[in-house]
Amino acid sequence: MKRFIAILSIIAAVFTAAPGAFASSGEGGESGKLDPKEIIFEHLGDGYGWEVPFDHHHRIPLPVIVFGTDGLHVFSSARVTDGQTYRDGNAEFRIAGASSDHKGKIVEIVDGKESRPLDLSVTKNVCALFITVLVVAGILLWLAHFQRKNGFKAPRKGLGGVEAVVVFIYDTVIKPALGPKAPKFAPYLMTVFFFILVMNLMGLMVIFPGGANLTGNIAVTLVLSVLTFLVTNIFANKHYWKEIFWPDVPMWLKVPLPIMPAIEVFGMFTKPAALTIRLFANMMGGHMIVLVLTLLIFIFSAVNPVAGGGATVVSLLFSIFMLLIDVLVSFIQAYVFTMLSTIFISLAQHEPHEAHGEGETHESIGKEIRNAILPTAAQAKNY
Amino acid sequence: MELFTPDFGLVFWMFIAFGVLFLILWKFAWPVILKTVDSRAELIDKGVEYAQNAKEQLDNARQEAESYLNDARRQQADMLRDADKMKTQIIEQARAAAQVEAQKVMDNAKVQIEQQQKEAQHQFRNQVSEFALQIAGKIVQNQLADDKAQEKLVDTLLDEIENKK
Repeated sequence: MKRFIAILSIIAAVFTAAPGAFASSGEGGESGKLDPKEIIFEHLGDGYGWEVPFDHHHRIPLPVIVFGTDGLHVFSSARVTDGQTYRDGNAEFRIAGASSDHKGKIVEIVDGKESRPLDLSVTKNVCALFITVLVVAGILLWLAHFQRKNGFKAPRKGLGGVEAVVVFIYDTVIKPALGPKAPKFAPYLMTVFFFILVMNLMGLMVIFPGGANLTGNIAVTLVLSVLTFLVTNIFANKHYWKEIFWPDVPMWLKVPLPIMPAIEVFGMFTKPAALTIRLFANMMGGHMIVLVLTLLIFIFSAVNPVAGGGATVVSLLFSIFMLLIDVLVSFIQAYVFTMLSTIFISLAQHEPHEAHGEGETHESIGKEIRNAILPTAAQAKNY
Repeated sequence: MELFTPDFGLVFWMFIAFGVLFLILWKFAWPVILKTVDSRAELIDKGVEYAQNAKEQLDNARQEAESYLNDARRQQADMLRDADKMKTQIIEQARAAAQVEAQKVMDNAKVQIEQQQKEAQHQFRNQVSEFALQIAGKIVQNQLADDKAQEKLVDTLLDEIENKK
């Protein structure tokens, strides 16, 4: 048992020391003091290079693309690592230091002052995004290819799993909520689901092709919910707009002060905002917990080596547990995002009932959610 | 906080990346996948329905066959019973007919026998009377007496014989 713990501790130390030590040497390394907050935020954030496991000094360089004061500049991120200043033509660039307002971002030095150029660099997150696109496209084109070739023959093994997920989302989320309009919106919703799922799962992998906290980045989730918002409103029917600008409420709520319309318009924007925050916060939280658990080892080790050893075992077990939970959360969050997008879109496709009432919108929302949440019941009805 | 401010570069690339992914999948993957999945589900539904129908039909057919078989068996039994009845009837009839025939033959025989007996008696009588006459004639020739007394004597003698008999 002692030997087992010792081996576990060594393994844990090797695996957890790599990012921790790297981060501390990268940011707060000069003082030699551990700064957990710095490390956590660095790992949750973006970067101009992609760290390599077991190597604290090299990163995979990624292209930096910036529009400075005098036009486009493209150069490798290796030129600006470790606070170096890179001179391209007349423009000077460097990554802003800890004291700057633009900490960790590329800045252009104009007259001795740092200013932020238009930054379209392929950062770690952007690169992970591209990898995700390749993976998702690869998997689904593979499935499409298989089906085109084999017709009704069901795929086995991995591809069978992919198809099971496709059928699960399509039959239990999209079809019950959208009904006959399912084929129209399914491509968007299914793409969103697989995109988020793959991003989430890749984010859980610690080394190179994964490890980017992509869905835990608000820019990514924002774009996804803006797209859902656009799809919802562009394809919305008359009834949807009438419910927003002229809902079935007592007249004094609409004229002279448009109280209800104002609330409804506000509601149009809170839906995607909720989508954005939910996915972002869930995934970021998962990453953060694992990081904190890992950092506990170093915090305790600084106090007392024995406490550090104990903390290693405990944190390692908890980290594994949390990572496993995060695998589940990855799926659930992708599912929830897709489900809510489906419901928002289906509400904008909703045809008016015969009976109009104040509670109508809520009733229909309730119905849609029931349909989406209790897919088995809906399915059982179908069969 | 840095975490809560979306980075323009990432937003830009995200739009591009998602747009490209969506277009690729929308054009090449989803139509095929969704159509296959849907039509396969339909095929399976139809298959199940077909199988259920087939099973029902099979059950019906089995029942029908059984009823046919039962009918056939009943008919067979009926026929056997009828045949048995007919057989005994025929035998019975034959026996009755034979009896009647036999009776007839016997009756015939009896009548013939009686007739022959009578004939024989008659012949016998005639012969006897002939013989007697011859005898008497001979006697008469021998005795040459009164013919009439002789004849009378003979008749009385004959009557006596007959009565004795």
